[in-house]
Amino acid sequence: VIPAAFEYARADSVEEAIALLVEHGDEAKLVAGGHSLVPLMKLRLATPSVLIDVGRIPGLSYIEERGDEVAIGALARHHDLETSALLKEQVPLLPHTAHQVGDPQVRHRGTLGGTLAHGDPASDLPATVLALGGTLVAQGPNGRREIAAHDFFVGFLETALAADEVLVEIRLPKMAGAGWSFQKFNRRAQDWAIVGVAAVINGTPGIALVNMGAIPLRATAVEEAVRRGASATDAATAADQGTDPPSDINASSEYRRHLATVLVRRALEEASS
Amino acid sequence: VVLISVGVNGTRRQHEVEPRLLLVQYLRETLGLTGTNIGCDTSSCGACTVLLNGQSVKSCTLLAAQADEAEIVTIEGLGGPDGSLHPVQEAFREHHALQCGYCTPGMVMAAVSLLAEEGHLDERGVREGLEGNLCRCTGYHNIVKAVLACAADRGTPTESSS
Repeated sequence: VIPAAFEYARADSVEEAIALLVEHGDEAKLVAGGHSLVPLMKLRLATPSVLIDVGRIPGLSYIEERGDEVAIGALARHHDLETSALLKEQVPLLPHTAHQVGDPQVRHRGTLGGTLAHGDPASDLPATVLALGGTLVAQGPNGRREIAAHDFFVGFLETALAADEVLVEIRLPKMAGAGWSFQKFNRRAQDWAIVGVAAVINGTPGIALVNMGAIPLRATAVEEAVRRGASATDAATAADQGTDPPSDINASSEYRRHLATVLVRRALEEASS
Repeated sequence: VVLISVGVNGTRRQHEVEPRLLLVQYLRETLGLTGTNIGCDTSSCGACTVLLNGQSVKSCTLLAAQADEAEIVTIEGLGGPDGSLHPVQEAFREHHALQCGYCTPGMVMAAVSLLAEEGHLDERGVREGLEGNLCRCTGYHNIVKAVLACAADRGTPTESSS
């Protein structure tokens, strides 16, 4: 299986990537690790005419403490996240979830920025960043701007990034001892989640759902119930509110709704234990 | 075309490649290194696993252009120049860790990467660490035994998790 023909350009800086995006417009796609995009290109579900390789831009793989947050360069790979001592200490949900993505080979290549910019609702890390209340930093021709994670995902494989913007940094608030859980339901180790739940409970609960609609979704009704002090079981009954889960070869929409309530309950129980 | 310069099994190779050429095609068709197999061709089975800068990757899901300037090791590059086997290959032979053999090059490369990354490996760690590699003969039992034997040989503690 071979992708359709395309032009290839390698960017060695964010500025160069932006200039290439400005030059090629809608015809261009950025590629970092390529583990979402290249499979789609091989199946010819994606046929960009220009591929801009940002995967080797130096200095964009950092994971560092910045005040109340941990800042992560967009090119940090899943393997970097799962092995980061700083993240394990300050934002333990992220390395835990990163370890559930795909398999070791995939985690050696896939990047946090890439999976967020791809915006697949079935991916583990977008929902996790949503639950954590992260901030995404985009850079375009006119400089940088910040986008809250809950404003970032706007449609199926569609994000708030403009056509000439590059996602450069992800900032996550330190969890400060908050309870957390990630529940992933699938049938084989390396599969995508049929449904997944990322949960953080502390002052501001963040509960987000994997594969329950066109975008990674926050379970706002559950968050509200948790804030009111509802039990895990009661809060979980609202898990499918506002969702629009797909029906596919793995599960019907109805079954996904059922799974969401079960997995949210388990997540809340684990997070508060 | 893109000009790439890749270290493959210790030798620097330079070629002009079409942007859409996959790394596995580059290895097999351009360089003639057919030890790396193509299985599912959808980054599920791991038959095409090679080392890129020391880490296991699925070469069916990388463009050759993305490997520019990288160091690649394939199954052909593991053994010694005198034809001697790498310890992981030796362990696979010793423990009968292959049946049809199709998954073996990818399994061996994934195991080499896993052993390099994990200081401590028990049975669960090996099984999870090889989750990206499928054996259609379902010969996992002896594959796990072989990798555990390698972990033991290098002097790290191994425990069987029950």
